[in-house]
Amino acid sequence: MSEIANRSAASIANRTERVLDVALPLVVFLMALGGWEALVRFKEIPPYLLPAPSLILATAVTDWAILSAALWVTLKTTFSAIVLAVVGGVALAIGFSQSKWIERSLFPFAVVLQVTPVIAIAPLLLVYLEPQTAVLVCAFIVAFFPILSNTMLGLASAEHNLVDLFDLYGASRLQQLLRLRLPAALPYFLGGLRIGGGLALIGAIVAELAAGSSGQGAGLAFRIVEAGYRLNIPRMFAALALISLAGIAIYLVFTALSALLLGRWHESARAREQ
Amino acid sequence: MTRSLVSLRGVTRTFASGTTALDALDLEVGEGEFLSLLGPSGCGKSTALRLIAGLMQPTAGRVVWRDGRPADIGFVFQEPTLMPWARVWDNVCLPLRLRGVSRAAAAAQVEATLRLVDLVEFAEAYPRELSGGMRMRVSIARALVLRPPILLMDEPFAALDEITRLRLNDDLLRLKAELGTTIVFVTHSVYESVYLSTRIAVFRPRPGRIVETIDIGEPGPRGEEFRLSRAYAEHCRATSSSLKRAMGEETSA
Repeated sequence: MSEIANRSAASIANRTERVLDVALPLVVFLMALGGWEALVRFKEIPPYLLPAPSLILATAVTDWAILSAALWVTLKTTFSAIVLAVVGGVALAIGFSQSKWIERSLFPFAVVLQVTPVIAIAPLLLVYLEPQTAVLVCAFIVAFFPILSNTMLGLASAEHNLVDLFDLYGASRLQQLLRLRLPAALPYFLGGLRIGGGLALIGAIVAELAAGSSGQGAGLAFRIVEAGYRLNIPRMFAALALISLAGIAIYLVFTALSALLLGRWHESARAREQ
Repeated sequence: MTRSLVSLRGVTRTFASGTTALDALDLEVGEGEFLSLLGPSGCGKSTALRLIAGLMQPTAGRVVWRDGRPADIGFVFQEPTLMPWARVWDNVCLPLRLRGVSRAAAAAQVEATLRLVDLVEFAEAYPRELSGGMRMRVSIARALVLRPPILLMDEPFAALDEITRLRLNDDLLRLKAELGTTIVFVTHSVYESVYLSTRIAVFRPRPGRIVETIDIGEPGPRGEEFRLSRAYAEHCRATSSSLKRAMGEETSA
């Protein structure tokens, strides 16, 4: 009886904790918005200097046609870049894990891509590529490296005794890859995916800014630049809010994916017993 | 000792660091025996086990099997060494899957083996949901699922608490009686080796050598009674002093 009581008490405590996780930041956020709204109204700050949150929301609604189209463009670029980065990063990581020669010859170039700021590459890419493609390539470049390096680390971190065990049973390289190295790499890969997903959005926005300043592109970042030229400050804020929401959504999607895939087996996905 | 199943002949193993783990070691493993390799850490007993398994090649000397190296060798590490992403059932099934046997075809053998270690009701659990002792039983089940002629165990119970270790000792003796597998068991515990073994090879360290082999001529079945018997205490005393002599040789050398 007492054990059941304990368990239900624990589950209530657990649920309370989860509610607090959402409620606390939400309360802080709403209070900040309220303060902002009050400040703008009380001081009668003109909207071209600082629009009130209510005005930003109203702008987001009236400009929804333009903004949603731009959001769609940016999201499409971001997710295409993530897919390409996953395919490229995982394939290259597997190649590296199978052959030291491939790793030695190619890994330095991956590092070069990573350490060169994407904002510096973007103008050059815009010279050679269609703006849409250039934006996609920029987003890919920044998302690619965390996925590659994390997957490499994961593939190399299979427990040595398990590798010995596979050898003992005469497992082929393919069996070792599929049954041992890839599952062992999964938590690392998912960590890389979460970082890469956020970076892909940043890469897309940065590249859009570069492309937008040369008069092309129709993503959210372009709308921000355009609205800036027209001194349409409320729309700038509305577009910015949408970018933030997109980033949060990407993070939540990949966090949920992690929890789903690692489920019961990995430490990171399990609550600690108190 | 019965017919030899595998023998190490003049086996030397030197590591890249220059350490000689084993120096011209001769060791016979008789068919059906329970042989313990007993010694302090760094005496090369684990190395000897890995050489028998073929996980390591000797620098000099040979490992000779009576009928050629068997395709199936069971190996149990000091850690359970389970795949954390796979359920108990799939962990035990691994050797069969690596042989290309389908899950359906493997089912009967996996279940029979889980029954041997009394884990049928935990088939669907993940390793981290089990206690240390249960994980080790899964590891033993995996090593036995192909019914290998020989089972190699590298200090399998060293990390477990006393109560769990005693229970697993009895489980192991029961499995040995049921399956008749030849077992080579690495340990640094005098009491464990005397309780389990039919023969003990006492190692000395740096470089690793066998100083003495001791027959424990107590016919089974062994249980709590044997652990409390005068004979057990005598064997422990003899083995313990042999181990002490082995250590003494090291310091005088």
